[in-house]
Amino acid sequence: MPVQVLIPTPLQPFTANEAVVELNAVDVNQLIQALDERFPGLKARLCDDSGKLRRFLNIYVNSEDIRFLDNQATPLKEGDEVSIIPAVAGG
Amino acid sequence: MTVTLTQPRQSSEATFTGLRCRECGHPYEATAQHVCSEVCFGPLEVVYDMERIKARVSRAAIEAGPLSIWRYRDFLPIDSDPIDVGTGLTPLLRANHLARRLGLNHLYIKNDGVNMPTLSFKDRVVSVALTRARELGFTTVSCASTGNLANSTAAIAAHAGLRCCVFIPADLEAGKVLGTLIYHPTLMAVEGNYDQVNRLCCEVANSHGWGFVNINLRPYYSEGSKTLAFEVAEQLGWRLPDHVVAPLASGSLYTKICKGFREFVAAGLVEHKPVRFSGAQAEGCSPIAQAFAAGRDFIAPVKPDTIAKSIAIGNPADGPYALDVARQSGGSITAVSDAEIVSAIKLLAETEGIFTETAGGTTIAVLKKLAESGKIHPDETTVAYITGNGLKTAEAVKDVIGAPFEIDARLDSFNQAWAKASGQTMAGMALAA
Repeated sequence: MPVQVLIPTPLQPFTANEAVVELNAVDVNQLIQALDERFPGLKARLCDDSGKLRRFLNIYVNSEDIRFLDNQATPLKEGDEVSIIPAVAGG
Repeated sequence: MTVTLTQPRQSSEATFTGLRCRECGHPYEATAQHVCSEVCFGPLEVVYDMERIKARVSRAAIEAGPLSIWRYRDFLPIDSDPIDVGTGLTPLLRANHLARRLGLNHLYIKNDGVNMPTLSFKDRVVSVALTRARELGFTTVSCASTGNLANSTAAIAAHAGLRCCVFIPADLEAGKVLGTLIYHPTLMAVEGNYDQVNRLCCEVANSHGWGFVNINLRPYYSEGSKTLAFEVAEQLGWRLPDHVVAPLASGSLYTKICKGFREFVAAGLVEHKPVRFSGAQAEGCSPIAQAFAAGRDFIAPVKPDTIAKSIAIGNPADGPYALDVARQSGGSITAVSDAEIVSAIKLLAETEGIFTETAGGTTIAVLKKLAESGKIHPDETTVAYITGNGLKTAEAVKDVIGAPFEIDARLDSFNQAWAKASGQTMAGMALAA
């Protein structure tokens, strides 16, 4: 199922400067795997050694933080938009 | 798109040498970037040459410096003439009436509700961020804001002649919208909460080549909060307080106050002593307080629902560091209800003549809770940080402050009303007694 992934600036060196990437995946875990297959080394940037997303990284599916959904098991369907966003300061 | 701007070449006058990842220590150049892109996505922070700072600063030199945050410029990450709009050196008020009410003996209020130019502590961080933005060659600056940051960015950008586009959640208080529009930036009111606004801004920052004060300029921006620590130390007569109470939104201000005290100690300007850090959140948006109470070292984000909109950040970037500061210092992070926040705004106004916004109400409500539960010792020198002005959030209190007596321009009309007013006061006093 093709979904769109928005790649943040700091990760674009890995994606040949592409800001939007289209991939097939049924959930977020599989999406990370698919990203790594297309752009080797990317998973190690997104996840720690145990495969868990790094704590200063947020992933959104259609504007919803995956921690409000099913975390890395959050299902994806055709046409979903996934954003990868590093944490930022407030106020 | 990666934007290439002026190469950072710090002059021999600069005291900062670059950036570094706060998580893994990986070094970066002092450009507009905020994320450890080469290793772990941790936040970047400014690296200073502390020996150089130490050789340069003294109490006398600081006291003879500008009457603004720029008297501490050796501790700030800039390398040119700063944008000085008189930001900082706000009053540190000895709060005897409030202290008595709370059973404390040495209470001070640091009142950034009268900071310049836009009446919140954000003027500190924005003065630093926009000075650095100019050095890095940006001509358009931007931010995602819960209100105060929008006011400040728009005002200081106007003064500095920078183009400005700011983003806010669409449901902000009228005073905060007006207080941004008056400076004539482009203002985007986004349907969604702050965390959604921030997410959008990250995407805009990726594609437009603007200087976002809280995104790609964040390492410089956040350093401005240290001046809240420097001023308190200087205003207390070059010593540190025992206990600090401050509001928590992203957690940046709270952790930077701690960093500011440490740097003053490292530079030999004040004696080391332990300072306890207590943080304040609103129950309707208390992800850091919840993590503190549960003994967790990670933050589970929440969806904000509170009148304290200026601190309604459900996904606080510096939350893990704020937890460290609270735990290591023997402090705490506490949440209070919206009703307690409103009562505390009134309490501070009635006892000390300071009208603060909801974030300040949150801080005072937590101060009260800690004092009443014995978590602040009466003899501790305690400083509560008031970070914004009440006139910006009039909605929060307008229904609970009573109304004027409407009278005719005749003495008997006045006398009648006065008798009624005196009766109310007497009744109030009897109730309080």
